[in-house]
Amino acid sequence: MYTAPLRALIDELGRLPGVGPKSAQRMAFHLLRVPTEDALRLADAIVAVKERTTLCTRCFNVAEGGGMCAVCSDERRDVTVTCVVEDPRDIVAVERTGQFKGRYHVLQGALNPLEGVGPEQLRVKELLQRVDEEGTEEVILCTNPNLEWEATAMYLAKLLTPFGFRVTKLASGLPVGGDLEYADELTLGRALEGRRELDA
Amino acid sequence: MSLFRDQGVVLRTYRLGEADRIVVLLTQGHGKVRAVAKGVRRTNSKFGGRLEPMSHVSLLLWQGRSDLDIVNQAEVIDAYRFVRQDLPRVSAGLALLEVADRLAQERHADRRLYETLVGALRVLDDPARDPALVPAAFFLKTLVLEGAGPVVTACASCGLAEPEVELVSFDLLEGGMLCRRCRRGRPVSAGALEVLRQVLGGSLGAVLARPAPGCTEELTALALEAMEAHLDHRLRALRSVAGL
Repeated sequence: MYTAPLRALIDELGRLPGVGPKSAQRMAFHLLRVPTEDALRLADAIVAVKERTTLCTRCFNVAEGGGMCAVCSDERRDVTVTCVVEDPRDIVAVERTGQFKGRYHVLQGALNPLEGVGPEQLRVKELLQRVDEEGTEEVILCTNPNLEWEATAMYLAKLLTPFGFRVTKLASGLPVGGDLEYADELTLGRALEGRRELDA
Repeated sequence: MSLFRDQGVVLRTYRLGEADRIVVLLTQGHGKVRAVAKGVRRTNSKFGGRLEPMSHVSLLLWQGRSDLDIVNQAEVIDAYRFVRQDLPRVSAGLALLEVADRLAQERHADRRLYETLVGALRVLDDPARDPALVPAAFFLKTLVLEGAGPVVTACASCGLAEPEVELVSFDLLEGGMLCRRCRRGRPVSAGALEVLRQVLGGSLGAVLARPAPGCTEELTALALEAMEAHLDHRLRALRSVAGL
């Protein structure tokens, strides 16, 4: 029904996350219709991202050309604070706040005993080596508030605290703009635990 | 296509699409149920943290034509907050969930498995109790529910009981303890045999009320081996958290 190149393109697009056969077909026909230079720009971007993107040699964030990422290369960043995240996308989220000036460490996952993911599958060894060598004083566990990350945070705290590092975790509580009556018991309970005194 | 209410324990979750999750539940009245919790990963989700693994929840579910139900409402019965704050208890809890997930049948209610799981999670959530023996006790108890409980009062091979013979080893093929003459498989200490008998003989509450015995590791290895042989599947949770 389709030509061989079109079939191959639909198959490849259909392998992308969240793209079903119908969407893949729509995208493929869209690419057929657009000017050649637009389609080639997309092809070039895919080739470039695969050829030039590597993991940062220090923090395992995405980097370009086999060196360090933009954050690690920035001399103005505070070396005494390291923020541990699961995924490079979490760095983007934290950077958007504009409130963190330290460095990051990407664990590349979280402990997930049900999937057989233990500490050896994560960048835990590298974290311990880094914080020891770089003069880190505080490690912020910037964790997703779910069971896997709670377990990961407890495990990392167990490893880091005996060496005198200050280990902190993101506060857990109510989202800004949310309604109290819809808050679940776990979240509201933690918000109560982490309540703060108001300055008059 | 209908709405139904049930209670259940969240066994595990899988990410689905941008912000959804598939939640696998062991329910009281409908056995294992897989349901989609829409938007649960968004910070403003109406479900919040209610559908995290281990949560005991009351649910309103929509059963459509697909195999996946849809979670309409969820209220927490018990979130087992203490379990979540302690790494050994989290590890033990995950081991229970993994086994319950393997044993439960989809849409086939098993009230005893459900109650055993809820009971074990309650024990784990009690700060006064030691969590170490809970996974082994849960494995052994659920093996009994499955009709695969090990023979611990007499030799599983020759049938002779104590004091005529001394039971010294545990063999999976024979299905229980073996005497010195028939011995094969894993050697079992007298202390471990005593605790094994208490766990299977109706004194589980008393065993769990005491600090974990010295033979806990031995019993956990034995129970894990027996459960894996029954399921014909290698369990991950207990093994991957062993070194934590």
